[in-house]
Amino acid sequence: MDEQWQPLDHFLLMRGDDCLILGHRLSEWCGHGPILEQDMALTNISLDLIGQARLYYQLAGERLGRSEDQLAYLRNERNYLNAWLVEQPNGDFAHTIVRQFFFDWYENALLEALERSKNDRLAAIAAKSLKEARYHRQYSCEWVIRLGDGTEESHRRMQAALDRLTPYVGELYQNHAFHASLIDDQVIPDIAGLWSPIEQQMVEVIRESTLTFPVMPSLPARGREGIHTEHLGFVLTELQYMQRAYPGSTW
Amino acid sequence: MQSEWPLWEVFIRPKNGLHHIHAGSLHAADAVMAIQSARDVYTRRNEGVSIWVVESIHLHASDPDDADMLFEPAKDKIYRHPTFYELPDEVKHM
Repeated sequence: MDEQWQPLDHFLLMRGDDCLILGHRLSEWCGHGPILEQDMALTNISLDLIGQARLYYQLAGERLGRSEDQLAYLRNERNYLNAWLVEQPNGDFAHTIVRQFFFDWYENALLEALERSKNDRLAAIAAKSLKEARYHRQYSCEWVIRLGDGTEESHRRMQAALDRLTPYVGELYQNHAFHASLIDDQVIPDIAGLWSPIEQQMVEVIRESTLTFPVMPSLPARGREGIHTEHLGFVLTELQYMQRAYPGSTW
Repeated sequence: MQSEWPLWEVFIRPKNGLHHIHAGSLHAADAVMAIQSARDVYTRRNEGVSIWVVESIHLHASDPDDADMLFEPAKDKIYRHPTFYELPDEVKHM
């Protein structure tokens, strides 16, 4: 990560990167959705998330003297701070839904807390994003229940996705040492403290879906430090291709 | 077993005070999914404030072959339009 970043810059980029990378992943479904209606639902969520990423990048960009495009298109993998969960491949529809389900619960809890941030700009971003995030969570919860409690095959695929992605959840709820001053100043919440109420609610949805929430250790994920799984490089290669190949190009 | 989800008709209310207008149709497994999909497919450009969905099989339509009998007779009865009244200036929005 870049040495000139202050704690708030780091937090803003972390938030923006989560939204941008998951938004990009969902955009990969465009034209490939299982049916037209779900194709549009997923790309709507994608556009919501990319819109939210812009808000964080704009604020970070003002502080760092860089444009939102420079932050999105000209940062290298080691300077991206998204969690490992959001860079994981779409897989089948079950994997996409489970990834979304995990992210949406985290996103809602974090935004609800950020609405009370002492930083007015951050509080405003949270308030605006929360309306979208609530719909995303309703969407992913309904699909978890529908597919978990669906056919034998949908249940099997959902359980496989839960087993594969659960180890990535822990990273979302870790406080970063670099953020201690932000927590003290009530700019951001104690993120680790968000976990236990959320866990209970997720367990309730998973119970209703007839799936089993696996008990698994978290991966030693280090996305917030710019250390990523093999997948992020491929995402950035596609995401940044135009600006890398034709620097400064515009519409 | 039926492999396709049933068809639903979607009605959107553009704003409060106006009535719901047919927007189109979509496939969905049940009413919850139909409303969610209607939101994603038909209200992306701020088209409405309320959604109705109804399964298409519950709609009964007039027979196109009866169109002459049903609708032609109204065409020459212009006196049924309230266009022959003179409105006072005070009355607006008519």
